[in-house]
Amino acid sequence: MHYIPNTAEVEKEILQAIGVKRFEDLLVNIPEGFLKKCQINLPFPLSEIEISKHIENLAGINKHSGNTVSFLGGGAYDHFVPAVVDFLISRSEFYTAYTPYQAEVSQGTLQSIYEYQSMICQLMDMEVANASLYDGATALAEAAIMSVNITRRNKVLISPLINPLVIDVLRTYLYNRAVEIELLPESNGLTDFTDLTDKLDDKVAALLVQSPNFLGNIENLNGINKILEDNKSLFVTYVDPISLGILKSPGELGADIAAAEGQPLGIHQSFGGPYLGVFAAKKSLVRKVPGRIVGETVDVDGKRGYVLVLQTREQHIRRERATSNICTNQGLMALAATIYLSLVGKKGLKQVANLCLNNSHYLCGKIAHLKGFDLPYKNIPFFKEFVVKTPVPAKKIIDAGVEKNIFSGIDLGIYRREWGNYLLIAVTEKRTCQEIDDFVKYLSKF
Amino acid sequence: MNVPDNLKYTKNHEWALIDGDNATMGITDYAQSELGDVVFIELPAVGDTVSKGDAIGTIEAVKTVADVYTPVSGEVVEINEALNDASELVNKDPYGEGWIAKIKISDLSEIDGLLDSEDYKKLVS
Repeated sequence: MHYIPNTAEVEKEILQAIGVKRFEDLLVNIPEGFLKKCQINLPFPLSEIEISKHIENLAGINKHSGNTVSFLGGGAYDHFVPAVVDFLISRSEFYTAYTPYQAEVSQGTLQSIYEYQSMICQLMDMEVANASLYDGATALAEAAIMSVNITRRNKVLISPLINPLVIDVLRTYLYNRAVEIELLPESNGLTDFTDLTDKLDDKVAALLVQSPNFLGNIENLNGINKILEDNKSLFVTYVDPISLGILKSPGELGADIAAAEGQPLGIHQSFGGPYLGVFAAKKSLVRKVPGRIVGETVDVDGKRGYVLVLQTREQHIRRERATSNICTNQGLMALAATIYLSLVGKKGLKQVANLCLNNSHYLCGKIAHLKGFDLPYKNIPFFKEFVVKTPVPAKKIIDAGVEKNIFSGIDLGIYRREWGNYLLIAVTEKRTCQEIDDFVKYLSKF
Repeated sequence: MNVPDNLKYTKNHEWALIDGDNATMGITDYAQSELGDVVFIELPAVGDTVSKGDAIGTIEAVKTVADVYTPVSGEVVEINEALNDASELVNKDPYGEGWIAKIKISDLSEIDGLLDSEDYKKLVS
């Protein structure tokens, strides 16, 4: 935010231009009684030096992944963001432009989105990707709506181990659409697919599954696509993009639609957003895909160029029958993901994924030997996040940790009352051996 | 403007060829020329039960998209699958190879409510 000084002369000039004498003249329409109630005792104005110092002091009280050791996850992770990402997305050509889609004037933006889509397709092993959506939760909700539209059915089966906050968004999106949401059962930290065949009928539009799931466990999704195919239901997977460095991709698992939270791809946690909704699908479904899609073409001189394509899906043309009411994308965040992916490359992504895997398993192994701590899902494979049963309420460990600049993880009691003694811990490639050992030492005191 | 005399028409620019209780339907020559090059057609599904005036499909042209409304109520018994790969047939031969769907009519009295070629000519002239 910039500091914009305002002199008495400037203020006078502004008031004159709009035809009033005093600022208070602008408030004459508000009844006096209400105005009096609104009297706020603001402190006296400060100079630029004073206000900068004041705001810096306030900001200094904040604790974030930059000044703590963070084991927080549950959808937003403390992955490394190379400085190049922030430098490039801060260039004003990218930073200040709002959807500059006119093809003739915005080839740079359109090309970067095209590159983004191409990388997402490679990452997910899917045939088409859109220009992105708001965040992972809205991407999954759009996938559910798309499935309902394609199959003309009105029920979605979902894994109970999708991030509960994402499920909330899904419920909000489907609330007025007369679409039924049915949760599959769970068993030992994984979705229980035993009765899947019995649950499939001519009402089921799709199955939605997150893997690694909310508890960090990797779901066994082999063959699920065939079972769904037999019932003409769609298979929708919700994934951690970093995990695709080593885990099977949505494409390999035969997913029809894949969605993801793109925050791990070079986007800071930033207290909750803006993040990135990653959305990809099979080519045969492209006309039902929500959001914008950029395509490559040639101009009259035969030179390569980029344009928005398949716009007849969108609401400025299709109005209320559009595939989605969201017609914008997270352009800047998609650019961050594009820069991140081009920096780390295929090998680098695999390396990041392996570091997450190794670090989290190293910590998990250490905690297994701590007295009073237990691992509820001992033989279930996990990627970078896992659940620990704690000897005291998880909240106690978390609160005390904040004092020592440690973010210990997520208190699962927030989501299930009986889980007050369960802590969800995420370990990224950023955690050093020393930090992990120090955390184990911290935990050993409980 | 080609408006064959043997067909029935709607104000939404669909045509219907009535044969007993079967109707073959598509969009008119006028409609295809207004839309311009058709690039994609979303067809109804065989077995769909439709009511007169329902949007049963969509026609996508380069710059716009239009719904296709059924001129009669009934059941969709056949769709023109050739349009999946050759949507331009709607432009080239709207009353022939560019047909969209065949519907088994459930209420024959609805036919009386359709326009004849003279009425339709007046509508688009």
